[in-house]
Amino acid sequence: MRCTIAVLVENKPGVLARVASLFRRRGFNIESLAVGTTERDDISRMTIVVSGDERTIEQVMKQLNKLVEVIKISDLSHNSVERELALVKVAATTANRGEIIEIANIFRARIVDVARDSLVIEITGDEDKINAFVDLMRNYGIKEMVRTGKIAMARGSKVTQISD
Amino acid sequence: MRAADALVKALEMEGVKHVFGIPGGAIIEVYDALYDSDIVHILTRHEQAAVHAADGYARASGKTGVAFATSGPGATNTVTGIATAYMDSSPIVVMTGQVPRSFIGNDAFQEADITGITMPITKHNYLVTDPSTLLPTVKEAFYIASTGRPGPVLIDLPKDITTADIEFKYPKKVELRGYKPKTKGHPRQIKRAAELIMKSERPIILAGGGVILSNASEELVKLAETIPAFVVTTLMGKGAIPETHPLSLGFIGMHGLKYANYAIMDSDLIIAVGTRFSDRTTSKVSSFAPNAKIIHIDVDPAEIGKNIDVDVPIVGDAKQVLSSLIKYIKYKQRKEWQDKVERWRKEYPLRYKKEEGKLKPQYVIEKIYELKPDAIVTTEVGQNQMWAAQYFKVKYPRQFISSGGLGTMGFGFPAAMGAQVAFPEKTVVDIAGDGSFLMNIQELATCVDYRIPVKVCILNNMFLGMVRQWQELFYDERYSATCLRYKEMSFEKIAEGFGAVGMTVEKPSEVEDALKEAFEINDLPVVIDFRVERLENVYPMVPVGAALNEILDEEV
Repeated sequence: MRCTIAVLVENKPGVLARVASLFRRRGFNIESLAVGTTERDDISRMTIVVSGDERTIEQVMKQLNKLVEVIKISDLSHNSVERELALVKVAATTANRGEIIEIANIFRARIVDVARDSLVIEITGDEDKINAFVDLMRNYGIKEMVRTGKIAMARGSKVTQISD
Repeated sequence: MRAADALVKALEMEGVKHVFGIPGGAIIEVYDALYDSDIVHILTRHEQAAVHAADGYARASGKTGVAFATSGPGATNTVTGIATAYMDSSPIVVMTGQVPRSFIGNDAFQEADITGITMPITKHNYLVTDPSTLLPTVKEAFYIASTGRPGPVLIDLPKDITTADIEFKYPKKVELRGYKPKTKGHPRQIKRAAELIMKSERPIILAGGGVILSNASEELVKLAETIPAFVVTTLMGKGAIPETHPLSLGFIGMHGLKYANYAIMDSDLIIAVGTRFSDRTTSKVSSFAPNAKIIHIDVDPAEIGKNIDVDVPIVGDAKQVLSSLIKYIKYKQRKEWQDKVERWRKEYPLRYKKEEGKLKPQYVIEKIYELKPDAIVTTEVGQNQMWAAQYFKVKYPRQFISSGGLGTMGFGFPAAMGAQVAFPEKTVVDIAGDGSFLMNIQELATCVDYRIPVKVCILNNMFLGMVRQWQELFYDERYSATCLRYKEMSFEKIAEGFGAVGMTVEKPSEVEDALKEAFEINDLPVVIDFRVERLENVYPMVPVGAALNEILDEEV
């Protein structure tokens, strides 16, 4: 089972270490982790993708909740928008550059850098879309790749926010 | 006001009367401030012992214990003490000195990242980086340590924070948006629990350390009598019900009483209160009480469903939940079950082989119990701990103090010291093993210094006895590194060397007199070296991996 959770935490030093330490100590598997600011500057938001059986996921949520600096947790595994961003440096020759750009366009990816023998492509989307794109790029030779962790937000009017 | 002075004033406002610790360069300002305070500081001889003492103080009194240590090695020496308190949910606040802020991260002299080190073994910890946050941090620390599921909180104090000049404004209230312990149980769940109890034919209450921590023992006994249900406890739950109460079956687990283990295994409903279903309690969890439904009451939601599936989860403080639950319960006789358990109680009593002239460790504890049934008893860890748990019938909560979760050898003596400081008028006995006692024996100096009259009863078998027992039973008597060969060593003389009172007892006939003499002494620590039968084993015993009713016992 895979679960995407949003965790609102105090924007203080050491909070990331606390969360990471908890996962390591309890043997939970983090598949991806993204941290950033929110609409409020005193709160940061982590999006964590975690895998495990039902009991493990329940423990993850409960143990996170016990951390004093964790304010709120939402399960965003269902009915939410999920996005990742990747930068891919692909080997390109004069012969195949056009072809690569065409594929990038189909994926609505952007060419952000062009050099004599390579292209840097920026792509956003859900995990499957990025995987599919990366797969196609392998044919040309991926020289370097970097992906962010996943971020997510519930669809509709539901919000992950603290009420003052 | 100098921040160090403000800190000490804050401690006074928190009601702190005693602090255990050792000074050093990084915390010298705080000690300077302490010089003018009414707070009594007990200078221990090792920082680990300072934390155990604060822990023992907290367990005995229910008040938050406080320990000080300096930076670097002082701070790292507190680690075992903190982990011990964490595993047993004991409320303590540990304050450590730290190098000045500008030096942090430079590997300065006596620098250790103690907040990083203690992150997984504290309920919460702080590195104070701004003098203005010092007082709110202290307030929060005491609040977090003592509320919800209690636990240790550490505050790391860079030296230049303690010298800073701050305004003394101590917050009255704590507002933490990420920390709101739930104390009142959900009314619908409480009703469901009551329905299950009324339907049950073989109910049993399993009381854990949470009952003691939440001061819920009165409510627990009332519930037991109302249902009526037998009560078994975990090691940490000893004292939740007087063990002389007709409904008390004693403690369950690896070395628990046979009839207590049988009873819980055969029950059809377990009302578990403030326990985390540890492996030492349940043994093989997949075959634990196979026909029982489980009601689990705990203040920590993460404990519910962690080790065992439950039917009715109730998150809340034991005292509050039990008092609401009682209202829905009516007395219902369950004669068949009662008779069955009473038959087990008769058939499988706790016993050991009595042999003429041989000094048995169990006998020593029986005698301690006979002479001082009201004494606060601490234990070390291993055979001494299990015999103490079996043979000392605990009468009231906070009477029995033992390192259950972490199993820290060397805990019992400094914890006894802390308990004695909290209750100077009481008799405090540390039931020790020879191996464990040596791990914090230096505290004899502290006890002599402050006239703390703790009684240390060493069940000396010259072995790391519990490990030796396992080697005998499961490793073909290959006694690898468990024999402590000190026939020539005299605990009596060591005690005397420290200025304490020392005695050696070799015969059963001498036990009573020695104990009586020791209990008369109230101005010095006493060490009695009981030279017990070396190869005595702790029975009953459930081997690791077996079901709780697959019990080894010896022929008597």
